[in-house]
Amino acid sequence: MLLTERKPIDEIVGFLSGEQAVFLLGCDGCAAASGTGGEAGLRDLATELKGHGIDVAGSAVIDFLCQKSLVRAALRPHAPALERADSLVVSTCGIGIQATATVSDRPVHPACNTISLGGIRGEWQGEERCNECGQCFLEFTGGICPLTACAKGLVNGPCGGSTDGRCEVEPDVRRCAWDAIYERLERQGRLDLLRTTPVQIKDHARMRPPEELRGTKRWAIDIAEREGGGR
Amino acid sequence: MKLTKLFEQGKFVVTSEVAPPKGTDLTEMLEDAERLRSRVDAINITDQQSSVMRLGSLVASHQLKSRGVEPVFQLTCRDRNRIALQSDLLSAWAAGIENVLCLTGDHVCLGDSLGAKPVFDLDSVSLLAAARGLNGGVDMEGNDLAGRTDFALGAVVTPGADPVEPQLLKMERKAGAGAAFFQTQAVFDAEAFAQFMERARPLGVPVMAGIILLKSAGMARFMNENIAGVDVPSELIEEMAATAKEDRPAKSVEIAARVVRAVRDVCQGVHIMPLGWEAHVPAVLDAAGL
Repeated sequence: MLLTERKPIDEIVGFLSGEQAVFLLGCDGCAAASGTGGEAGLRDLATELKGHGIDVAGSAVIDFLCQKSLVRAALRPHAPALERADSLVVSTCGIGIQATATVSDRPVHPACNTISLGGIRGEWQGEERCNECGQCFLEFTGGICPLTACAKGLVNGPCGGSTDGRCEVEPDVRRCAWDAIYERLERQGRLDLLRTTPVQIKDHARMRPPEELRGTKRWAIDIAEREGGGR
Repeated sequence: MKLTKLFEQGKFVVTSEVAPPKGTDLTEMLEDAERLRSRVDAINITDQQSSVMRLGSLVASHQLKSRGVEPVFQLTCRDRNRIALQSDLLSAWAAGIENVLCLTGDHVCLGDSLGAKPVFDLDSVSLLAAARGLNGGVDMEGNDLAGRTDFALGAVVTPGADPVEPQLLKMERKAGAGAAFFQTQAVFDAEAFAQFMERARPLGVPVMAGIILLKSAGMARFMNENIAGVDVPSELIEEMAATAKEDRPAKSVEIAARVVRAVRDVCQGVHIMPLGWEAHVPAVLDAAGL
């Protein structure tokens, strides 16, 4: 099972500066079991966001957010609510957030950190990869993971090694992740993120959850009971 | 002497670079440095460039410093985590090194140790931020240091990147994280470089244009195909191709000096990468009037 924990509400609210309304998207798969993405998880998130003056235009729980065609189809009936929303706040693992960001023309904000993938890459495996880093960076990168998509895992922008948007590692087949990030943020009018985001530093301590909890149901329940309060 | 001091004095700063050996024999590197020392303000020491395992840039920088040559210690994030990077910075300061060039580093796959772990715990931006912290007397965890560093911190930028916008944003992040000077990837097209400088100038950080000595038309074509952000214009390639082998060094010097003169008014210095032709650098500077 994939394990996720809710990001602190202040961090999520920080992502929404300048926005009035959001659409909440949860996952009925692993995230529901983690207490972050299912109906209950979204209800809690909606309450907290409203408490911070954020309007929730609508919400949906989809199983599973890692399947892009399903996400695309499931969002269709919500078009009116999505129309009123400035962005989507997605409460699931890094793969589900990336998959949603790929099919949505709206900015996507991550509401969770992914703790462990339990050896799988989503129930429906696409090209999205999550590094179970426990400090999801997808907010600053347009929903494209810099840890897995960039050959160097760079979190502060591109290196000088790309040519025509191709990665120096496998130029024939691999696109520079930061070229893709730049393009998506530009399309969304959010390039300022690359300017204003503080220096990002990886926290490898968050990448090693305690052995007795990692990959167990107990871990998920534990986190749910603490309402996403972290480890 | 810190390069930042020279920029403050309004000097047009000139640097060059040498590479530590694959092995322990420093003779050639030190000879290269001797050829350059009287003509440049400082000499960069590359950090296992192109991911080829070599003698370390820290000790090589110290060797130059102890001979009275001002080193620019190049430090990449490819081979060390944040503990080793910060430790090497403290060691560098203790060894009298005052200039550091902070780079992400080439990917391991470009070098001669393909199975090595690419570290990239930090990157150029977070390394600059960490180094600025050490200058302020604290490590990355906020712990106080018994004795701080006071480095002039530099970074690199690729003016010829296509598209250039992501490079400019990264440059801005580097300046924001503490970069006090920039050295660029090789420049051949002075007009394109001037346009780049129009966009880089608002950052207010001195920029040194990178100059590579072209050795042959073949080398130019190789760089165009294999080095990101390097674009040797076809006129220059034709010019080299039309030059007899024995006349190539003179032609190379002429071209390099031409580029230096053409960029001189739009930037604050030049960084000359001789790539084995250290002996010709003085002639370039003579021809460029530096």
